[in-house]
Amino acid sequence: MTAAAPEPKANMGKPVPRYDAAAKVTGRATYGSDMPLDNPAYAFLVTSAIAKGRINSFDLDDAKRVRGVIDIVTHENAPNLNESKLFSNGGYAGTTIQPLKSTDIAHDGQIIAVVIAESYEAAREAANRVKVSYTAATPSASFDSPGTTEAAAKGQNAQFKEDPKVGDFAKAFDEAEVKVDASYETPTQHHNPMELFSTSCAWMGDTLVIYEPSQYVHGLKNGVAEQLGIDADKVRVVNPYVGGGFGSRGSTTPRTAVIAGIARRLNRPIKLVPTRDQGFTIATYRAETRHEVKLGASRDGKLVALRHEGAEVSSRADPYCVGGTKTTTRLYACPNVDSLVSIVRADRNTPGFMRSPPEVPYLFALESAMDELAVKLNMDPIELRRINDTTNEPIGGKPYTSRSLMACFDEAAKAFGWAQRSAAPKSMSDGDWLIGYGCAATCYPTQMAPSAARVRLQRDGRTRVEIAGHEIGTGAYTILAQTAAERLGVPLEKVAVFIGDSDLPPGPVAGGSNSTASTCSAVMMVCDQVRQRLFKALMPNESLTDKAKETVGMGQTPSTQAAKGDRPIDLEKAFDALGVGVVEEYGEWKPEGAPQDSFKAMHSGHPRLVGGAAMKDKIAYAFGAEFVEVRINRFTHEIRAPRLVGAFAAGRIMNPRTARSQLMGGLIWGMSSALLEATEIDARTARYVNDNFADYLIPVNADVPGVEVILLSEQDDHINPAGAKGLGELANVGTNAAICNAIYHATGQRIRKLPVRLENIEV
Amino acid sequence: MRPFSYQRATDPDMAVQALSAAAAANKPLTQASAQPLAGGTTLIDLMKLDVMRPAAIVDINPLAQGWSEISPGRENLRLGALAKMSDVAAHDEIQRNYPVIANSLKLAASAQLRNMATLGGNVMQRTRCSYFRDVSYENCNKRNPGSGCAAMDGINRMHAVLGISDQCIATYPGDFAQALIALDATVEVTGKSGTRSMPFAELHKAPGNTPEIETTLQPGELISAFLISGRWPRSVYLKARDRQSYEFALSSTAVALDVQDGTIRDARVALGGVATVPWRAREAEAQLKGQKFDDGLAQRAADAAFAEAKGRQHNSFKIALGKRVVARALQQAVMMEI
Ligand SMILES: Cc1cc2nc3c(=O)[nH]c(=O)nc-3n(C[C@H](O)[C@H](O)[C@H](O)COP(=O)(O)OP(=O)(O)OC[C@H]3O[C@@H](n4cnc5c(N)ncnc54)[C@H](O)[C@@H]3O)c2cc1C
Ligand code: SF4
Repeated sequence: MTAAAPEPKANMGKPVPRYDAAAKVTGRATYGSDMPLDNPAYAFLVTSAIAKGRINSFDLDDAKRVRGVIDIVTHENAPNLNESKLFSNGGYAGTTIQPLKSTDIAHDGQIIAVVIAESYEAAREAANRVKVSYTAATPSASFDSPGTTEAAAKGQNAQFKEDPKVGDFAKAFDEAEVKVDASYETPTQHHNPMELFSTSCAWMGDTLVIYEPSQYVHGLKNGVAEQLGIDADKVRVVNPYVGGGFGSRGSTTPRTAVIAGIARRLNRPIKLVPTRDQGFTIATYRAETRHEVKLGASRDGKLVALRHEGAEVSSRADPYCVGGTKTTTRLYACPNVDSLVSIVRADRNTPGFMRSPPEVPYLFALESAMDELAVKLNMDPIELRRINDTTNEPIGGKPYTSRSLMACFDEAAKAFGWAQRSAAPKSMSDGDWLIGYGCAATCYPTQMAPSAARVRLQRDGRTRVEIAGHEIGTGAYTILAQTAAERLGVPLEKVAVFIGDSDLPPGPVAGGSNSTASTCSAVMMVCDQVRQRLFKALMPNESLTDKAKETVGMGQTPSTQAAKGDRPIDLEKAFDALGVGVVEEYGEWKPEGAPQDSFKAMHSGHPRLVGGAAMKDKIAYAFGAEFVEVRINRFTHEIRAPRLVGAFAAGRIMNPRTARSQLMGGLIWGMSSALLEATEIDARTARYVNDNFADYLIPVNADVPGVEVILLSEQDDHINPAGAKGLGELANVGTNAAICNAIYHATGQRIRKLPVRLENIEV
Repeated sequence: MRPFSYQRATDPDMAVQALSAAAAANKPLTQASAQPLAGGTTLIDLMKLDVMRPAAIVDINPLAQGWSEISPGRENLRLGALAKMSDVAAHDEIQRNYPVIANSLKLAASAQLRNMATLGGNVMQRTRCSYFRDVSYENCNKRNPGSGCAAMDGINRMHAVLGISDQCIATYPGDFAQALIALDATVEVTGKSGTRSMPFAELHKAPGNTPEIETTLQPGELISAFLISGRWPRSVYLKARDRQSYEFALSSTAVALDVQDGTIRDARVALGGVATVPWRAREAEAQLKGQKFDDGLAQRAADAAFAEAKGRQHNSFKIALGKRVVARALQQAVMMEI
């Protein structure tokens, strides 16, 4: 075993190499814009240079003279499209701001024209030559800008149902022996997945094929069909590989229906590859947030009062919010809790999901405040968490299905060498560098969604798994192949997996870290259907359901002798008995507590995620603990994080290799978010200024010399048949606070606003 | 990007011819319709962004045979304009006798860029001001003379505090140029009437009222080499930046000292990341010369270097930072074992 392929512990699958590793490193993996098209035309977007106002006129003469230009589409001649409803209000779209409808401009970088040409180069050149005359109005850029409006999230966003509260916060806080009352701030961030926001649309008669990086092919298919006013079955979305998503591709963006509409009119496939900077405004982003956290505790460290108030920026048009109080009000035992989330509307594009949307900003606030409380109590921050650890969440008293938070703290502390920390701030250094150690809890809700799957088993053991899941780099192919191989008892090499195609049985959105739990549970169920048919052939007289029950979960040791006797079944004999060469089964799986309309919704591209804090009589989260060493140069104040250590428990780990890779990426992302990433907004114009990879900083290898991931063994039989908790969004949650806590330890300075830059350090 | 013609210049005359032929009166070099192409890591970038729109590209890479020497002699050092950043940074004798040069190059950009990029192109690289690099912003005096300056009251964290004017506060972003200006380098220019030499310090022009004019080179002129006299083993390049690699300086300094018997005989201090042009801090040097070194002296020199600095909304921190960087680099240079 190597660092990349950790030795599996109890309730972990094998760290088999990635199913698609060779295809990816040899460039054979085909992404959306790699898909061959028959005689395509190329599109290039023109986006607005103002954030608010209207277009007076276009001067297209110069652009039209470029050789190879076919058409320039503006609001005057754009295809007619239906409105789209916001994803968080029951629709498919990440924004309801539909461009090319009128002269109005609602945000910076809104699509205002699409140039179509015979080549990409001609389209780009012509786009550069489009001249636009605007009447600009003064936009409101963000918090503090004149002209914004603010209102409670509850009542405007259907997904934000409740401001959790319990007990009497005001009284308890008033009487608390020790108090923390602090404000925190997180910046605007953009996902910047490596693959650009491309889209290719090709019509074959009245059928549309879309090649586009999407985290939800069924959502995109239905959303675009709705906008085009055609039957959803006339649309197919294909994307066998997605070059990163991070939430940016879970809902539809306006570009797709626009390109599809133009392609239909032109009767020719169209390929659009927008630029990196256009990606900042034609898709979503993580909006800036503000928090006020009040903690009251007794002298011995027990929380008696907790209040978390959050404010988030959204667009004028859409009430998007992440509302992380559902997590922060439930993480620790506390009898008196209060919370409030509000939305501030500005002249911006609509924000959206970005890796751990609620937890990243809200836990930064809470876990920073917990560290501040530990300092006030003169207590080790790990002990403060231990004192307030709980088996039941405090709002509704529901039990956590499993919770290994303190085990994670203990393991990570040991690996990190926390015991070597001298507790006083500014007490550790090495030459020019001040050293700080910091830690924080991390958590992420365990979510599941309905999913279908089709499994086909041949007499020679060759297996085909089909499910419209998504390979966004997480390892979906690999674990689906593992799941089927283990469940059917066939060699891994014999399993072929087909995902990323809306013609396959519908899978869930690759969001909310639900994919592994949902798709593996569905595949397990359908594999069992296949097994049952084979059992039936071999043992026609035995009770099928009993037999099926005895077939145990993947990787678990068979619990009864009877079950042991069942596997491996003699495939050839079974097929002979059945008298066929292939057994194929289709099935639809839904998690416990899924709503009545789940399967109907699944087919129409509406994921019905359940889990986390929203379950009926339990609550399910994955947990972890993150430790960071920061070094701050006494002279330059440069901040570096040479060591990141995280320990995580997330139920069954399907594959320690892909799990580690996700968690490692999460830790690095968390570090990046704390120290580097921020989209700068020009307050006067409400425009993004550093909208490129030279100016929007993300870490380079030299910034992350040491990242250690520890996977804890955890078994949870109360979540889903696969026993898995999502972990893709687990690791980048705690890092922000862990880094600021470490900076406090290094310098004695508490920083409550991200990202932390060298100019914020005063030593 | 817009269509352009491409021509390979197989000898210097041909390059100069091709570049001068396209030169039009009244156009600054930055807007000349023909541009030389070296590594292309600045030029092609700016063409893709539609910031530079040359009609003709003259590829000077075939001149590398004559123009890429790295020849440290006894008395002086000659560096060809087409030498690659990575080759110079890795050169033994440069590392030993001119650490400030080797490190200014090694700490710049990324390994891939250093393998492509040339010394001539490096000193001619253009500002990273975001408003300059995004043509959707009308107001940029450098790109669009007379249109105003969006950075002045915009996002200006990366911008300059020295050498600024009310027309432009864009930072000169390069690292290597600070080493050259500190070491009193000479630049050799090849043009229509053969070669001429001038102090490197005269190559760049502060923005003043004409931020679009960045250098004193004329269309049709090429940098062919850099010359440095003497050796500077006691020299340091210190660079403060947001990440550990692959990032421009927030503040940097090139320091070279000649210390004998504890007394500073000669001192050279240049500043990067904080000024509109490669910046020689002569006021700091004056503080140091003839003095015995101590931390107080380093502080006084650093203060002198930034005496004239003026910050704006987001970049004022560079003044205090720059002083600490200079003081620390002086300490490091003094402590060097040579
Ligand atoms: C992401 C990124 C990060 C970077 N980070 C740094 C950094 O940290 N520090 C740093 O110093 N630099 C940095 N750079 C800049 C990089 O070093 C320069 O782009 C490079 O040195 C330019 O050299 P080149 O040969 O590629 O020039 P080109 O792009 O070929 O030319 C640049 C300009 O100079 C002109 N030119 C080229 N050769 C000559 C000549 N001989 N005579 C006259 N004119 C000439 C060209 O016409 C052009 O206008 C970075 C660049 C990028 C893209
Ligand atoms: S600082 Fe200079 S380059 Fe930047 S916007 Fe102002 S004028 Fe243009």
